[in-house]
Amino acid sequence: MAKVKPRVKLQKKADKGEVITIKTLISHPMESGQRKDKSGNVIPRKIINSFKCEFNGKPVFSCDMDPAISANPYLEFMAKVEESGTFAFTWVDDDGSVYTTEEKITVE
Amino acid sequence: FAVTGARIAWAAAEDTKKALMDFTGGAEPQTGRITLDAPEIAENGNTVPVSVSVESPMTAEDYVESVTILAEGNPSPAVATFHFTAMSGEAAASTRMRLAKTQNVIAVAKMSDGSVFMDTKEVKVTIGGCGG
Repeated sequence: MAKVKPRVKLQKKADKGEVITIKTLISHPMESGQRKDKSGNVIPRKIINSFKCEFNGKPVFSCDMDPAISANPYLEFMAKVEESGTFAFTWVDDDGSVYTTEEKITVE
Repeated sequence: FAVTGARIAWAAAEDTKKALMDFTGGAEPQTGRITLDAPEIAENGNTVPVSVSVESPMTAEDYVESVTILAEGNPSPAVATFHFTAMSGEAAASTRMRLAKTQNVIAVAKMSDGSVFMDTKEVKVTIGGCGG
C-alpha cells in the first residue's frame, strides 16, 4: 500500500486571540468494509477511525470517523491561539498504526 | 453501482433514530444555532463536501461539546463526530463524505449545558458512493 502521508496547512503567524483555520489531509484508502472483490468476498474494513489536534499538549479538536468518510480524509477546523507553540496532529488507523505530524505557530 | 439497494440492507430509519438517541441521550433536538452545509446535488457520491457550524461563545463555561453527522440512506448512518473545546475558538468543521444515494443528511450539536440542536439537508446523489 502506498505510504500514508499526513499533510497540514495553517498560517505561520497569528495575532494573540486570533481564531485560525487548520486544514488537514491524509492519504488513505478508507476501505469501507462494504465493497466486494471480483470473487464476491467482502474486502475487510480498514479506515482511519480517529483524529485529534492538540496545542501545547491541550486538546483543541478531535474527530471520530466512520466508513462514510471519503478516501484521503480531509478535515478543516478552527483553533484559537493565545500564545506561540506547537500543534500536534494524530491519526489512528484500524490496524493500530498511528500517524503524526506537528506544526509551529508564532503569536505576536 | 449499488444504487438499486437490492444486495445491501440500507440503514433503516430506526438505525438513524437510534444513532440520534445514542448521541443526544434522549434530549429533544431543537432547531436553530446549527447550520449544515452540503451541496444540493452531488454528482459523485464518493466525495461530498460537508460543513457544520454552530453559534456559540465557545468559552470554558458555554461551548459546543460535539457535533455528529448522520446520513439516513447509507448502509450505516454514522459519518463522523467532531469534538470541540474552548480552544477551538469556533465550533465549525468540514470534511468529505460518501453518500450511497439521494438522502437526508443530519447534523446534531450537543451543547455543554446538555441542549441539542439539529439541522437537516437533502443531498441528491447522481452516482452512489459505496463501491460494490
